[in-house]
Amino acid sequence: MAEPAIALENASAAYGDRTILSGIDLTVRAGERVALMGRSGAGKSTLIGLIQARAPERVALVPQAAALVRPLSVFHNVYMGRLDRRSTLHNLCTLVRPARADVVAVEAVLARVGLSEKLWARAGELSGGQQQRVSVARALYNGRPVLVGDEPVSALDRAQGGTILAELAAGHETVIVALHDVALALAHTDRIVVLEAGRIALDAPARSLDPGRLAPYYAAA
Amino acid sequence: MHPAPAGLGYAAVSRRFAAVALVCLLVADLHVTTLHPLADLARLLGGLVRPDFLAVEIRSVVYTVAFAVLGVGLGVGAGFLLAVPFARSRPVRLACAGLRAVHELFWALLLMQVFGLSATTGILAIALPYAGICAKVYAEIVEEADLSALRVLPPGTGAVSAFLYARLPETAARMRDYTLYRLECGLRSSLVLGFIGLPTMGFYLESAFRQGRYAEAGALLAVFYALIGTRRLWVRGVTLPVLLVGAVLALPPAIGSADVGASLTRFLGHDIVPAPLRTGDPTSPETWARLWAWFAPILTGQILPGILQTLILAQIALVATGLGALLLFPLTARRFAGRLGRPLGRVLLVVVRSTPEYMLAYVGLQLLGPSMLPAILALALHNAGIVAYLMGRHADAIPYRPDAPRGLDLYAYETVPRLYGQFLAYLLYRWELILRESAIFGILGVATLGFYVDAAISELRLDVAVILIAATAALTVAVDALSRRLRRRLRIDDLPTRLSGPQRIPCAEPGGG
Repeated sequence: MAEPAIALENASAAYGDRTILSGIDLTVRAGERVALMGRSGAGKSTLIGLIQARAPERVALVPQAAALVRPLSVFHNVYMGRLDRRSTLHNLCTLVRPARADVVAVEAVLARVGLSEKLWARAGELSGGQQQRVSVARALYNGRPVLVGDEPVSALDRAQGGTILAELAAGHETVIVALHDVALALAHTDRIVVLEAGRIALDAPARSLDPGRLAPYYAAA
Repeated sequence: MHPAPAGLGYAAVSRRFAAVALVCLLVADLHVTTLHPLADLARLLGGLVRPDFLAVEIRSVVYTVAFAVLGVGLGVGAGFLLAVPFARSRPVRLACAGLRAVHELFWALLLMQVFGLSATTGILAIALPYAGICAKVYAEIVEEADLSALRVLPPGTGAVSAFLYARLPETAARMRDYTLYRLECGLRSSLVLGFIGLPTMGFYLESAFRQGRYAEAGALLAVFYALIGTRRLWVRGVTLPVLLVGAVLALPPAIGSADVGASLTRFLGHDIVPAPLRTGDPTSPETWARLWAWFAPILTGQILPGILQTLILAQIALVATGLGALLLFPLTARRFAGRLGRPLGRVLLVVVRSTPEYMLAYVGLQLLGPSMLPAILALALHNAGIVAYLMGRHADAIPYRPDAPRGLDLYAYETVPRLYGQFLAYLLYRWELILRESAIFGILGVATLGFYVDAAISELRLDVAVILIAATAALTVAVDALSRRLRRRLRIDDLPTRLSGPQRIPCAEPGGG
């Protein structure tokens, strides 16, 4: 059996005295592709935060808001995925004059999300969907083994979202993504974890589930 | 590899400003003419840290506060009234622009000719420009406020009731905050008026610095910082009547202004009228030829060189301010200074911002001799302190992603790029203020416009002085308009620029730009 990539035991989280998550036991093994599902407010983003904080040195993160630096170019935003693995001097030089090798590498990553022609566009000028794909490219370029994404394809249509999820799965050993699209989750992950009111309500292999089985968790409370 | 972005980019503007400043550095006079500037600085600092509080002239402190309270009170009151027609009336807007384009020291130099070295001069010198500034800012505050309540008032509600119920409550907090900030500025202005002879703390600071009594200067400065630092304690709703009445009672007696009516008539009707027009027949073409013959040498010998030197000084000081702010703001940002360092950084920057730049320039000139160098240092230090303090607050409001980098990487890739639009907005806004102050530094001996104004006044050629002051005001208005245009083209014109108040500190990232 593969090593656990992420292990949470009886984890909880609260903002002030309001409990967001409680009694979370979640072990994700290397190589798994996990979808976190549930209504908005169920605690998905908080759980994503816990997972990222558990092993920041092994996680490539796609945050909920694209969190791009809008005045910088797409190239620089993607390059930021590896700032911690380059010398600060190299990073400062890259701001002024990027090295050819870095440009080629970033361009290749952008091609995987269909944005290579936007390499030098200012991030703030892109549409919402394009910004989200830049955020995904930053995580792909980061390249750490565990991809943790908070609704990484929410601004894309289903076909595009499927392509991006496939790229994420191809680029990272382990994938943990919060999703709200049931069909995408069933098609692109192999394990579904459903949160309800701060607890894990369902944790099952994707192939054992169908949209009807997940519908109750989305029906109006 | 980098295609130029459409329109005007942050980087392009920054590069152009820096390039012009470099050219200015080549032509600016930056010589140090004193023999032992470092030894003098050491003596100065030694005195400042051993303040001699017994030497402080208490009356000068009282006068400083009294001039500030009454000057700001009058200015704020007039500004409040002028704010009502400000948006609708072009003449009011022009009058306000004229009032605030003339520095309070220039106002004081003119008012002195009529009212002598009196309390009236001190109070009006503050009240006149402040009325112009407050009218504009109050009008802006009302304009920016959320006025949805105004639209749902029952039809037929009177204008006064509507103002009191739906407009004032929304804006009162910001107005109060701005007014308190104005009082802080008024205290600085009041102090600086002492440098040209009024009996405020600046008068004693000037002689203490000039004669090397640095322990006395240190004590005066400490008292001044304490006044500014505690202003929220002694300026409150309940203390205002006491302050106003007390200020009136504490005013110094007038010195040598016998008949104000007569001297005002002489000043307006004779002194400031260009000399050729005083005697000549205004209908004869010969008078106008003489007027031109009078004006041409002023234009070529004083106005144009003065404008050039003023622009050079302001340009270098503006870019130095920008560099200084970028270096200093991490001191007040949580991610860079840490929980312990940040309060210290804030105290440092508040002290820097509380120090009047005119006094800094005066001290710099004592230490380094008459050149542009001390003026640049004074302007850059004061303004960088202000901009850095504000940038620190914006930096703390940035929602960084959880996996954001640290240290210099965070600074270069996240913080500065995200704040750059806001940074340019602050700098371009301060351009006009730096220019106004650059002109004033001429009084200290730098060859900017103020130098010629001061010379004209000491030769009692008030007609020339008024022309020069008008030229300074026109230059200020022009730079203000240019700054506004640039901010609009960079699409940063809706970002906050004032430094008062509990204004929303948003994450400043305008789209595109």
